[in-house]
Amino acid sequence: MKKFLGKVLTILWKDILSELRTRDIVVSVLVFALLVIVIFNFAFEPERVGLVAAGILWVALTFAGVLGLSRSFVLEKDKDCLEGLMLCPVDREVIYFGKMLGSLTFILVVAVIVLPIFFILFNLPIFRPELVLIVVLATIGFASVGTLFSALAVNTKAREIMLPILFFPIVAPVIIAAVKATGLVFAGESWSSLSSWLQIMAAFDIIFLVVSSLVFEFIVEE
Amino acid sequence: METPDSASQAWAIEVQGLTKSFGNHLALKGVELRVREGEFLTIFGPNGSGKTTLIKVLATIMKPSSGNVRVAGFDLRDSPVPIRRKIGVVSHQTFLYDDLTAFENLKFYGRMYDVPNLEARIHEVITKVGLASRLHHQVRTLSRGMQQRLSIARAVLHRPSIMLLDEPETGLDQYATARLREVLDTLSAENGTVIMTTHRLEYGLEMGDQVAILAGGRIAYQESKQSLDVDSLRQTYYRLTGTTR
Repeated sequence: MKKFLGKVLTILWKDILSELRTRDIVVSVLVFALLVIVIFNFAFEPERVGLVAAGILWVALTFAGVLGLSRSFVLEKDKDCLEGLMLCPVDREVIYFGKMLGSLTFILVVAVIVLPIFFILFNLPIFRPELVLIVVLATIGFASVGTLFSALAVNTKAREIMLPILFFPIVAPVIIAAVKATGLVFAGESWSSLSSWLQIMAAFDIIFLVVSSLVFEFIVEE
Repeated sequence: METPDSASQAWAIEVQGLTKSFGNHLALKGVELRVREGEFLTIFGPNGSGKTTLIKVLATIMKPSSGNVRVAGFDLRDSPVPIRRKIGVVSHQTFLYDDLTAFENLKFYGRMYDVPNLEARIHEVITKVGLASRLHHQVRTLSRGMQQRLSIARAVLHRPSIMLLDEPETGLDQYATARLREVLDTLSAENGTVIMTTHRLEYGLEMGDQVAILAGGRIAYQESKQSLDVDSLRQTYYRLTGTTR
């Protein structure tokens, strides 16, 4: 287990180092997310914002997240680095979890920057711990499915189109649960009223982390 | 800890009835191949003959469609991870990350292979390929020849006993070709096994102990180097592959 984790973190270290040099993923995702939020901020009347704020937040984070996920395996495709990774004496699950953690980290970094700006623009309460849990659970769901489909899409000609087409239908339950739960948080509801949505997201995360890690081998080897 | 099958240990690589298909296209149509420990086998073949597919299957990057493959005594299907520890691969692609430095690339692969005394080993291999002065330069700033030399360093970093080379001479300048030759000579001296694919007949014949011709997804010819000269190899190659000068 310790070795498994060590190899996963080595892949994460490599992705973070690469990202620090290029800032390809975080900058593009961040700019997109901020643009969406700013545009929606002008589109709605202030008194209606409360009704749609949760939806706006998750449109920004999910669509921006797809940009980042699509870049994740493009970097590995360059110089056939994915084959270099596949030559390493580790199970394919290690590669999957390493790449998944990288995507998760980059999306969470963007969320940490985007959320305070979103709250200020939409005049919402700055910090609610429930929202942190919702963001983490939903992002794990995106990253678990997105990493798998990013690996699949990178070998197709129309990868920029292929990833969203595969990704959104599958992650729809997480997006819906995240929007609903976030709406309840903005309405000042208690933890107990959120619990069913949180459970849906947690169940989704567990199922897709397991399934994706098992299927990943067939996607990269065939 | 997995151990190799003792009956197969004399053979570094054993391939029986290997097929690999991509949809309806059959790239490998029943490859039969045996390579002894310490042997250097050169596989010739024209474009599309299945050379790269064969190397990828042996390297555990691709799963075979059918057939039996044993590498270093381990079954390819049952024990891919121990096989990966034993092999080093040099391809026409470098498997290097452009945005990382040479040192960071080697450190990354060294950690993935659990190379002991990693920093000392990195300095050893980078010196061997003549890139010590470029150790902390980003890969994207290195020339194609330098990147390929770094790729050789990456491939030997974990001291593999079997080298799989897929047209390694692509993009190599004379200096890099000489460094590759030195690396392979060192490996041969340590009873290492090499399989190299190429379509350069003179170069391949000079390097190998054994030569084979892959044509139409099958090993159509395998012979010891002693009984061959370039002209007879060339004639056989043209006849079996259907290519012309």
